Amino acid sequence: MEEFAALIDALVYTRSRNEKLRLIAEYLRNTSRDDRGWALAALTNSLDFPAVKSSTVRALLQERVDPVLWTLSRDFVGDTAETASLLWPEPEGERRPAPSLSEAVAELERLTRKSVLSELPKLFDRLEPPGRYALVKMATGAMRIGISSRLAKVAFAQAFDVEVEDVEEYWHGLVPPYDELFAWAADGADPPDIENLPTFRPFMLAHPLEETVVDLSDYAAEWKWDGIRVQLVHAGGETRVYSRSGDDVSATFPEMLDALDIPAVLDGELLVRGSAQGGEEGGAASFNALQQRLGRKTVAKKMLREAPAFVRLYDALIIEGEDLRERAWEDRRARLEAFLPRLPDSHFDLSAIVEARDFDHLAEIREGTRDAAIEGLMLKRRDSPYIAGRKTGLWYKWKRDPLLIDCVLMYAQRGSGKRSSFFSDYTFGCWDGDPDEGAELLPVGKAYSGFTDEELKKIDRHVRQNTINRFGPVREIERTLVFEVAFDSVHASKRHKSGLAMRFPRIHRVRWDKPPHEADRIDALKALIRD
Amino acid sequence: MAPTARTKAKADRVQTTERGAHWKQFAPRLVGEVMRAPFSWIRPEPWGIHVVPADAWIDPGKAVERALVTHGHADHARGGHGETVATPETLAIMALRYRTGIEDQHGDMPSMATAVEYGETIRLKGGVDATYIPAGHVLGSAQILLEHAGERVVVTGDYKRRPDPTCPPFEVTPCDIFITEATFGLPVFTHPPIEEEMAKLLGRLEAHPERCVLVGAYALGKAQRVIAELRRAGHIKPIYLHGAMEKMCRLYEEHGVDLGELRLVSDAKKDDMRGHIVVSPPSALNDRWSRRLPEPITAMASGWMRVRQRARQRNVELPLVISDHADWSELTRTIEEVDPHETWITHGREEALLRWHQLHQRRARALALVGREDEDE
Ligand SMILES: [Zn+2]
Ligand SMILES: [Zn+2]
Repeated sequence: MEEFAALIDALVYTRSRNEKLRLIAEYLRNTSRDDRGWALAALTNSLDFPAVKSSTVRALLQERVDPVLWTLSRDFVGDTAETASLLWPEPEGERRPAPSLSEAVAELERLTRKSVLSELPKLFDRLEPPGRYALVKMATGAMRIGISSRLAKVAFAQAFDVEVEDVEEYWHGLVPPYDELFAWAADGADPPDIENLPTFRPFMLAHPLEETVVDLSDYAAEWKWDGIRVQLVHAGGETRVYSRSGDDVSATFPEMLDALDIPAVLDGELLVRGSAQGGEEGGAASFNALQQRLGRKTVAKKMLREAPAFVRLYDALIIEGEDLRERAWEDRRARLEAFLPRLPDSHFDLSAIVEARDFDHLAEIREGTRDAAIEGLMLKRRDSPYIAGRKTGLWYKWKRDPLLIDCVLMYAQRGSGKRSSFFSDYTFGCWDGDPDEGAELLPVGKAYSGFTDEELKKIDRHVRQNTINRFGPVREIERTLVFEVAFDSVHASKRHKSGLAMRFPRIHRVRWDKPPHEADRIDALKALIRD
Repeated sequence: MAPTARTKAKADRVQTTERGAHWKQFAPRLVGEVMRAPFSWIRPEPWGIHVVPADAWIDPGKAVERALVTHGHADHARGGHGETVATPETLAIMALRYRTGIEDQHGDMPSMATAVEYGETIRLKGGVDATYIPAGHVLGSAQILLEHAGERVVVTGDYKRRPDPTCPPFEVTPCDIFITEATFGLPVFTHPPIEEEMAKLLGRLEAHPERCVLVGAYALGKAQRVIAELRRAGHIKPIYLHGAMEKMCRLYEEHGVDLGELRLVSDAKKDDMRGHIVVSPPSALNDRWSRRLPEPITAMASGWMRVRQRARQRNVELPLVISDHADWSELTRTIEEVDPHETWITHGREEALLRWHQLHQRRARALALVGREDEDE
């Protein structure tokens, strides 16, 4: 536990992403077999001990520390776990040896709502403040130390020299402490068997087209829809829906679960039917209607009736157990078209191919579309296999005007007037390179409009719960939330570290579903400079 | 006003051999025994503590006729007073600062400087006796014991209870009113033994022989203490200094504090500093100045480093919890040992310390002096 606590502290004090990766990788390589899997679980926020809540910790402290002194301390320190770790009275007599990480996890797992108040203190007594801090953070399932689960997986891949996309692929079939994953990566065993498990396969992603012009004999064009990209998986008799970040969102879209009962892995855009009709395929409501359904753990019947979900399919990774990912896009598309009649048309349709004489004609079509559910065009190389991640030259996205870019929220500040109780002024950034290769976010702009009151409340909550730093009135936010930012133009600017200044940026959409490392890069923004 | 040489004593001097004699004579004292209002001769004002019959102020925040100064930190020792009464070391520090302009905030040197040694008592106007007693904070730092009409008041200035190779230790002095600081007046503040922090610092240095460790430390007191503690821990390599540190280090050496071999960063080549410790003021940590250093690991020596957010705010990679102030347990233990009738709290996190007094059935009030800073940064 002490070594793990030292890792956590080192991560807290390290700014550089590369150095964080190095620290985690080194820890995973050098830590005992019993502990390393639990550490990985803690860093990926995969642990949950329902008996231990932040309120439990508070209650334990208030039995031991004057409530006024507790409140003053908590206000100064700004973090319950840290305050508790510092205020915990040192035990009388000799300290029992600190538990190892796996011992601590075993103890935490044993706790019940009843026993926690008498047993957790015993664990605290065996630890020094940094150990108590790490223990509380781990036990309450909220490390919040600026480490995303993606970063931890990249570090894992780096530690054992394996591909992070493979790690992502196996990840969802496994549970802590990930013995099979370590056996494969660290000890050279066979990869974990996930064939009969409904696990997530990492998405193939597109680069922005920017200045590139492609030949339509090499590339096919299809609409890019304004919903949420999902992966539907049926395996081992179970269906799951995964979001772009690989989160299991099955419970949010239960109507999709019965719609697929053939072993397959399908890639598509989840949309809801609604009044805002349009598009050649018809029937897709605006993204706002879909927003109403996002983030809900259970769905009301009324919502299922008024805004039922369906999936507009783009691609097939696996059909009837056959892995198609090595095949060319053309082949996969043909297989998908042949497969479609076996799916209920109430829940599935196909994203149409956009036929154009040539590239200019395609540009014309793109300009001419008025469908609110269309975000732009996708250009896919006809012979491209389905490759996890973003490989240059295979897929391009060609977004529609206004200029849109995906940025990551970095800082927030309170608004003024009516909004003074909300964090409503946001500073966001883009990556200065490949985020998986240690790129950093550089601020590119500020916005304080474009969201609904409902969204503002949600973002405000996000800001409060994910503050990692305070500079006077400014909160630094853990880099997890993606904004799609709309803006009129972008110019070169010497005053900004990113070298760019946006005109009239506003929040176009809040992308709760999008993982931060998939936000755009500075170069994408630079390519939009028109002066 | 042209600075004149330090002159001695306008005030009458009384040599006390047995400190605390007055105390024995007057304690215990019953409330109501004294005819006039008790302690009416000492008044907390926003700008400092006014010793009324002596027409003197303790650590005043603006220029006054007569100032009794506890120690050389800028928020306690302003320039421009008519007369400044302080220990010889504090006067030397003030002379250095206000003459060289290092922290020349208020311009002038005191026109008259009165030096008082530790343990020495001087008689001020109006029959007030002032005794300077070690506070253990920085070189020359003193508590000031004031005695008048059988009443005793101690003003601590800033203080700590941990041993410090650069100054004599704090002495507990019983009194009626104890006027204390509370910079670290929250129970989360526990300063670990300095040996642990030195081990952290030297361990990190050893692990990265190709880099240097840049330690941000307050230029007066903290820097010299860190260097002296490094020497005590057996670190004999030369230590590199930011230019702003040099004069104060030399002053410490002149006062008998051995700091070992010191070199200036400005005289060194980048490669010379690999595997060495560099000490700079905290403000230089993330400054362009640090670019001349070989891949510095940024450390900071301060009591605030106990709290992660504080360290992160300063981009510190190696927080060193080293403070020249009393931590929570030292503050509360000191009050118990001094056992005053009443505690006045000058500056810091007074709310929590007030609460502690309430919980322990002790009388206390917060003075809310202006111009005091969160020292130890
Ligand atoms: Zn001081
Ligand atoms: Zn002070």
